[in-house]
Amino acid sequence: MIRRMILAAALLGAAPTAYAADAAVSISNFTFSPQVLTVPAGTRVVWTNRDDTVHLVAGTPPATLRSPPLDTGDHYGFLFATRGTYRYFCALHPMMTGTIVVK
Amino acid sequence: MRRSEPDGMGRRRALECMAWAGGGALWTVVGGVPRSALLGGGAQAATLADGFSFVQISDSHIGFHNPPNPDTPATLAAAIETVRRTKGNAGLMIHTGDVSHLSADAQFDTAHRIIQDAGLETHFVPGEHDVLIDNGRGFFARFDKAASTGGWYSFDQGGVHFVGLNNVQDLKAGGMGALGNTQLEWLERDLAHRSASQPIVVFAHIPLWVVYEKWGWGTSDGAQALSYLRRFGSVTVLNGHIHQVVQKVEGTIACHTARSTAFPQPAPGSAPAPGPMQVPAARLRSFLGITEVRVVRGQHQLAVTDSTLAA
Repeated sequence: MIRRMILAAALLGAAPTAYAADAAVSISNFTFSPQVLTVPAGTRVVWTNRDDTVHLVAGTPPATLRSPPLDTGDHYGFLFATRGTYRYFCALHPMMTGTIVVK
Repeated sequence: MRRSEPDGMGRRRALECMAWAGGGALWTVVGGVPRSALLGGGAQAATLADGFSFVQISDSHIGFHNPPNPDTPATLAAAIETVRRTKGNAGLMIHTGDVSHLSADAQFDTAHRIIQDAGLETHFVPGEHDVLIDNGRGFFARFDKAASTGGWYSFDQGGVHFVGLNNVQDLKAGGMGALGNTQLEWLERDLAHRSASQPIVVFAHIPLWVVYEKWGWGTSDGAQALSYLRRFGSVTVLNGHIHQVVQKVEGTIACHTARSTAFPQPAPGSAPAPGPMQVPAARLRSFLGITEVRVVRGQHQLAVTDSTLAA
């Protein structure tokens, strides 16, 4: 099984924020878990697809958050640099929704 | 097994449908009434040979590699071989989307190579799995060259007006499939000056009506599209996406979903999630069964017949 780690730099703040820590969101049974994740600014959130079909993490517009297609076992990381509430969903299964709260 | 259920709709027209899960459905228009027949059943080809016919396949998911089907090219090839062998005088084939699993070029190329062996002009609409990269550039470049920039189009063949719709892009969080206003306005214009007696076939990936909202199995603005179709005497809506046969008839509009050539999905609400239904690999074909639905002219009974390929 091919496992990929895909990283994206967040372009959410004017000043670059140093990477601080990782936090995890699991994708399983067509659900983001935890559905609401609260993290400090500078956290890289890593989604891992544990389902046997593909998912794609997409921020609610105008967000820049968008993963590539995540096959089974794939990861995707996104650095949240700026405080705010970021809603996202699965571009294939839009009933799957989640929120990252950055404090 | 055969069971009959009252349909309670008082239809005057006839519709017959037999669909093989692993292969496709052969659709025939006789006297303006689209009917479908099981591919692989030799008898149907003879009885329906007088009309214009076409084939539907769906959800080949090339690139899917998990149980219960680690070899989706093989099952697509088996489906196409069945089409090739039994197509009779079929005039065309439609693929109702999810050609690929991950929108990868290699997956599209594999599908293209297999599907062309059917020897039928094939018209595609995208599934959500086909537009994951670059707004579906790889899909549209190969399969949908005649489409407008939005990926929808129409054409006439065999007296039938075919309309291919795209309800898998620009989906909204929490929502279902969506056509969008631009496409709806195009559809209204496309149908505006057509005779109500011309048979209409609409094909799109996600069901245009709401099969199961909790799993996103429906199109949020599909009812608007169907409202443009009500004045026509014969409308057949063909969809995929849910990997199982579900049918709904409302007035003169008959909606059908096709099974996948790759793997089954659970019945609405019968599992925690709508992912691939796990069945033993050796029994896969017994889950890709045959369904026949027939509305007999002049009667009010909807006959549903299910049997498996393992027999």
